[in-house]
Amino acid sequence: MDHSPNPSHPEKVYFFGTCVVDLFFPAAGLAGIKLLQAAGLEVIFPQGQSCCGQPAYNSGFLDEARAVAWSQIKLFSKDYPVILPSGSCAGMMKKHYPSLFRGRPEQAEAEDFAARVYELTQFLVDVLDMKFDDLGEPTKVTWHPSCHSMREMGVGDQPKSLLRQLSKVELVELPRERECCGFGGTFSVRQPEVSAAMVTDKIDAIAETGAEMVVSGDCGCLLNIGGALEKAESRAHPKHIAEFLWERTHGRR
Amino acid sequence: MTDARTAILGRLRAAAGKDVPPAEDFTVVSPRGWTAEHRLERLRRMMEAVHTEFLDCRGQDWLGPLRDWLIQEGVPGLIYAPATAIGRRLAAEWSGGVPLISYDKAMAEWKEELFAQSAAGITGTRGGIAETGSLILWTDADQPRSLSLVPPLHIALLDVNSLYDTFWQAMREQKWAAGMPTNLLLISGPSKTADIEQTLAYGVHGPKRLLVILVDQC
Amino acid sequence: MAAAEFRDAATRALADPQLRANFRRAMDGLMTKRAAMFADRDEWTALRSLGAAVRARSLLQLPELLERLEAKLTENGVHVHWAETVDQGNAIFKQILSRHDATRLVKGKSMVSEEIGLNHALEADGIEVIEADLGEYIIQLDHEKPSHIIMPAIHKNKQQIARLFSQKIKDAAYTEDVDRLTGLARQVLRRKFAEADAGVSGVNVAVAETGTLVLVENEGNGRMCTTIPKLHIAVMGLEKVVERLEEVPPVLSLLTRSATAQPITTYVNMITGPRRPGEKDGPEEVHLVILDNGRSRVFADPQLRNTLRCIRCGACMNHCPVYTRVGGHAYPGVYPGPIGKILTPQILGMDVAGDLPHASSLCNACVEVCPVEIPIASLLVRLRGEAIRPEPGAVKGAGSHADPTEAWTWRGWALAYRVPALYRLTTFLLTRFGWALPGRMPLLKEWTSVRSRPRFASQTLHELARREKVSNQ
Ligand code: SF4
Repeated sequence: MDHSPNPSHPEKVYFFGTCVVDLFFPAAGLAGIKLLQAAGLEVIFPQGQSCCGQPAYNSGFLDEARAVAWSQIKLFSKDYPVILPSGSCAGMMKKHYPSLFRGRPEQAEAEDFAARVYELTQFLVDVLDMKFDDLGEPTKVTWHPSCHSMREMGVGDQPKSLLRQLSKVELVELPRERECCGFGGTFSVRQPEVSAAMVTDKIDAIAETGAEMVVSGDCGCLLNIGGALEKAESRAHPKHIAEFLWERTHGRR
Repeated sequence: MTDARTAILGRLRAAAGKDVPPAEDFTVVSPRGWTAEHRLERLRRMMEAVHTEFLDCRGQDWLGPLRDWLIQEGVPGLIYAPATAIGRRLAAEWSGGVPLISYDKAMAEWKEELFAQSAAGITGTRGGIAETGSLILWTDADQPRSLSLVPPLHIALLDVNSLYDTFWQAMREQKWAAGMPTNLLLISGPSKTADIEQTLAYGVHGPKRLLVILVDQC
Repeated sequence: MAAAEFRDAATRALADPQLRANFRRAMDGLMTKRAAMFADRDEWTALRSLGAAVRARSLLQLPELLERLEAKLTENGVHVHWAETVDQGNAIFKQILSRHDATRLVKGKSMVSEEIGLNHALEADGIEVIEADLGEYIIQLDHEKPSHIIMPAIHKNKQQIARLFSQKIKDAAYTEDVDRLTGLARQVLRRKFAEADAGVSGVNVAVAETGTLVLVENEGNGRMCTTIPKLHIAVMGLEKVVERLEEVPPVLSLLTRSATAQPITTYVNMITGPRRPGEKDGPEEVHLVILDNGRSRVFADPQLRNTLRCIRCGACMNHCPVYTRVGGHAYPGVYPGPIGKILTPQILGMDVAGDLPHASSLCNACVEVCPVEIPIASLLVRLRGEAIRPEPGAVKGAGSHADPTEAWTWRGWALAYRVPALYRLTTFLLTRFGWALPGRMPLLKEWTSVRSRPRFASQTLHELARREKVSNQ
């Protein structure tokens, strides 16, 4: 997997919140912003932003995806890194924008934009090398790596290395952690039975770990897994890694 | 079906791109720089892992040890190809104990017998491949295909000086592309299957046992 | 076949705990073993790019290579036939067989022969076709289709096979012992090999340079089918050709390691012609049937063409979370799993393949393991687009799933998500009044089958960012 060139000590970064965060997990988004601010960066959140376009793209509506994608690219035109608290949306922008605009006048701009895209934990570790002091109570958590963070963004150990920095957090490996949770956007409603089987297996695996929390970097997965955990009245709760890190290192606010 | 041919090739030609073909880097399948000892050790380990048996006759004549082995295993007869170097030696020097059967006629003439009664067949090899643990066999007028296929025991002589690191190396150094036999085989163990519950079982259609006789000169 | 085919079949499969357990266990084992085979990441990367390059090169020169292959095979004494369609393929088989009065066939594993429905076509003419690969033999006894392209009987456990053998094989005693079961099949099939008038096989790679047909297998059935009967007929898809012999080793290495985590199969069979004068065995006549069946149409599109790189290793299905749960029989067509999801709609047509391109969470597990770097997920997205495009396009049956309501929904979505004021209004309404959406409305109903209803936040991130005075530009 290729990584973007490391911008050494950027002063300003863009934050792209994503539509799922906007509607369901705004606290995770805000925590991401605060983590970046805590590292001394000026964070810019263009208020015109909406969605990476992935829902339309994955449904085969490429023109619609392209229109929304272009409206986003234009909002992030300065040469700052673009940070996303979502491996999946980051993957959409980094991997699929270039092909979406291939052979079109917007190609160069789309490629330039894509090259600046980072998944949050990747940026925190690879670029900022952030260190955290754990202020929270002892707890046991497990990590759910999202498919697109691993396979499109090439995120590897970064998020777990952040969790391992927290002295009172016990990180238990999730059995079959690399297997998809069954979200897949429209897949979850177009193939609801298979998706249900997948998420059911996923929450069973989470239960097996005995963790109090399942931490992830993707709110699509969290919406899916969290919804299933809640319906099953499981003791484990979903949490976005940005929010988890912020709460444990800066207290609840 | 000339029509089908014309139509298919026509469609393919109409669509074929003008792109430059991507380069191929064969380093990963090239010789590994292994020593002779390592090659033999590896070939043996790989083949033994899939139930191949070995009879080490380096530094001695193989006829005696083979005869002893066959008697010990109770093999009732050995089919050989009379026109091969191995066959000529067997015909001339075999000291009995186990009957020899000469494969000197077309398979059709004794197919029933071959399928129903044969116990063992002996063949030569054109060398071995250390990386995968494989024997190289060429079949031709002198060495029939079925000799290494139908009898439940296949015995193969392997000259330890003819081992290659990789498959790619073997085919290039032996210049296969310059003239292929009708049937060229790589054999890496006795016949096996895992079609029932992923459980390995040996001897499904081909030989149940494979014995490799290691020699330093044939 | 109706559009909801996959979803319905998958739902039935999900309700079968035995089937799910069989697949889960098998796929877990295969994934672990494969990972060990490619533990050296550098070697994997280098081998994989070589494999991808070999296949991409072959496709770039496909028409020339097929002609060279044909010329060389002909020179070697092999008869070459071309079939545009399934029916033509079967007709060629019938012609050859009737010329030889051949009525008893043994057949090695071949997915292309499944694709053309060869057994069915020949049996209708009174020709006996015996599947000689153990897995294929098992499913033939039970009148099933393969549930996996490498391990066709993987959906059955040994109890099921034991029962089947004791019912279908004459004088067979019930046994669950795998060696004894294998022995039973050996007994039956050796007779069949000896008696057969003709042998049929597939082809893993065809080499244009030498006119060689390469076949990999473990059991020896492939060798039997191509050695013992007087007549050998091989069948392959037109994409199988490579230019040079030296391109075979990397392809086979990727194939056998990806498929069953073997460094090599027990037998690699390289066939370069019928028996020559003086040879004591081997077929007197060898034929090759080259099948198109939609492949030249796939070839015509530069993106979709990548589908034809496939070397049929099955790794994509072994790693597919959907396949693992539903097994191969849930998929329409003969190729299950991710490769089937991209191949079947192109071969059979989008209309026939139904919702197949949507039977994927796009998790990319298949893309990660595909040894020839086929961008399966991107091709699925492309096919989703083809299915709903308003006018017919590159793919057979394109546009057959076009739905004006869906199209207008996405158009509306794009407008709302492109115009900041509209987006703000949308998210405002959802966060304030989203709770009021009826629980029985479509999508929400599917979602809540195993999940609680998603709860909208009370304020959007946009609002929080404004509150926290995060700069806007
Ligand atoms: S698509 Fe790739 S992984 Fe799947 S069978 Fe073909 S070569 Fe193997």
